[in-house]
Amino acid sequence: MSQPSKPIDWFPYLLLVPAVVITLVIVAWPLAETLRLSFTDASMNPETHYVGLENYQKMFARNFPEVVGRTFAWMVIGVTLKMVVGLLAAVLLNAAVPGRTLMRILIMPPWIVPIAIGVFIWGWMYNGQFGMISGLGQRIGLLSGPFEFLAFKNSAFMATIVTDVWIGTPLVAVYLLAAMQSVPRDLYEAAWTDGASRFYRFRRITMPMIMPAMATMSLLSAIWTFNSFDIIWILTEGGPRNATTTMIIDTYKTAISRFRYGEGSARAVMIVIFLTIFSLLYFAMIRKLSKKGAM
Amino acid sequence: MIDRYRWWEYVLIYLGLGLLLVFVLAPFVEAFLVSLRPLDGLFSIPYRFVTEGMSFDAYFTMWKSVPLLWRYMLNSFFIAAAVTVLGLMAIIPASYAFSRFEFKGRNVMMGCFLAVNMVSGAVLIIPLYKVMQNLGLLNTYFAMIAPGVAFVIPTGIWLLRSYLMKIPPELEEAALVDGAGRLYTLVRVIIPVAMPGIMVVAITTFIAAYAQQFLYALTFNSVNELNPLPVGLYQFFGRQHVVWNELMAASLVGILPVLLLYVFLQKYIVAGLTAGAVKS
Repeated sequence: MSQPSKPIDWFPYLLLVPAVVITLVIVAWPLAETLRLSFTDASMNPETHYVGLENYQKMFARNFPEVVGRTFAWMVIGVTLKMVVGLLAAVLLNAAVPGRTLMRILIMPPWIVPIAIGVFIWGWMYNGQFGMISGLGQRIGLLSGPFEFLAFKNSAFMATIVTDVWIGTPLVAVYLLAAMQSVPRDLYEAAWTDGASRFYRFRRITMPMIMPAMATMSLLSAIWTFNSFDIIWILTEGGPRNATTTMIIDTYKTAISRFRYGEGSARAVMIVIFLTIFSLLYFAMIRKLSKKGAM
Repeated sequence: MIDRYRWWEYVLIYLGLGLLLVFVLAPFVEAFLVSLRPLDGLFSIPYRFVTEGMSFDAYFTMWKSVPLLWRYMLNSFFIAAAVTVLGLMAIIPASYAFSRFEFKGRNVMMGCFLAVNMVSGAVLIIPLYKVMQNLGLLNTYFAMIAPGVAFVIPTGIWLLRSYLMKIPPELEEAALVDGAGRLYTLVRVIIPVAMPGIMVVAITTFIAAYAQQFLYALTFNSVNELNPLPVGLYQFFGRQHVVWNELMAASLVGILPVLLLYVFLQKYIVAGLTAGAVKS
């Protein structure tokens, strides 16, 4: 028996028109265009030709594998630090001690102020001659002389990560704090009556209950960190000697600073490929968690 | 009693919180101290927190060195406000559709919107740059607003959709039975009831749009009068002689409005940021 076919209700589709149009124009079309440009020699020159895979071959022949490795190192170290510091901060802010409301307010500013402005201040702090970190380091004897943090490969790499951790940690902390606050209190009270220690309650109740939030946050944080531009661009522009050139910075330098749109597009396509793998992981994880009824 | 701590636990908690706050607030304190120092005191060795001749002079002289500071601040506010308003015009109807209607392709479309979160502006910058160039849109507010709107829509829909799902459908059914049109019902019944949720989305969108203006302005704009605060101040960093005390004063004055906004509206902001963390 065939059901009488209902006429399609167009109303919900009409409601979606503004959002869909903006997304198509600003995201979907440029994405497709990036893919097309990656097979051309597009530049300032108005004439462009299709060059096949040449841009990709050139990219791999240069330092691309190195850039990918560096991007992942930057991301993994940054995200790990943000999650660890954020979790510790959430635990501390969740403790029932006087003044915690004020502390919860005071922790957010790095995330609230424009990213670039916070990074300007860090740029000054990393200054070897006059900055606070080098200055205090010398005072307490950690450094024997002025140390220009952004002038050396390893220290510049770590300095950009520290600034990224400074900006990203507040959000991780309040996010995990909200997850902790939503754990039903009677769970703790039952465990407490049974004589469970505070650490035991944290390990056996808090951690399992906030696991979904930890998973979501760490993946979101990974995507944001992967895409991070402002911090590195303002502090080092990818230097010294490419030590902080991540995939995003490499793409921007190639396309916008050197006007090699084609080669830049090939790099952007690689970013999309890596991010697609991320998003698939993300959705797979969400699905798995929601099946378990944890979310 | 479950919340009682032994003395050494108090010490540990406050020590940890203290370290955390030092890390979080040190840059702001340093920026403030730098803004108070005269330039020659700034470059004093060894490093000292308090130097001679500290004054608020930089807060007066900076208006000469950074003559467009007011403009930059207003531009930043204008761009973030425009992104918020345009974003809401797309977010409100879309999240209403996702929360109330069964239609073909609903889940696929929701997934596509969420997938936008994986893409960043920097990836799309090449075609966007080319198209803005061809349409003569470089160096306009539009070039700095439009890309921002696309990237606030997914999170906005996600947030507002879950809020709208909590509103009982009987409310609009009653309005529809009374003969009200569906669009009229959305505007006159749903939106007023959903106002707290819309406020949360609006404020989180504004803060996000305000924090992330650097890339688009740096790339699409070279007219100084249109620059938002981050790029307006960024130009002063490349100079041979950076007037650090005035620059830090300008940075602090520049971020003051958004910090005040945060202090007054922090309940909404935290609610928006942590919506995904709490099971519903």
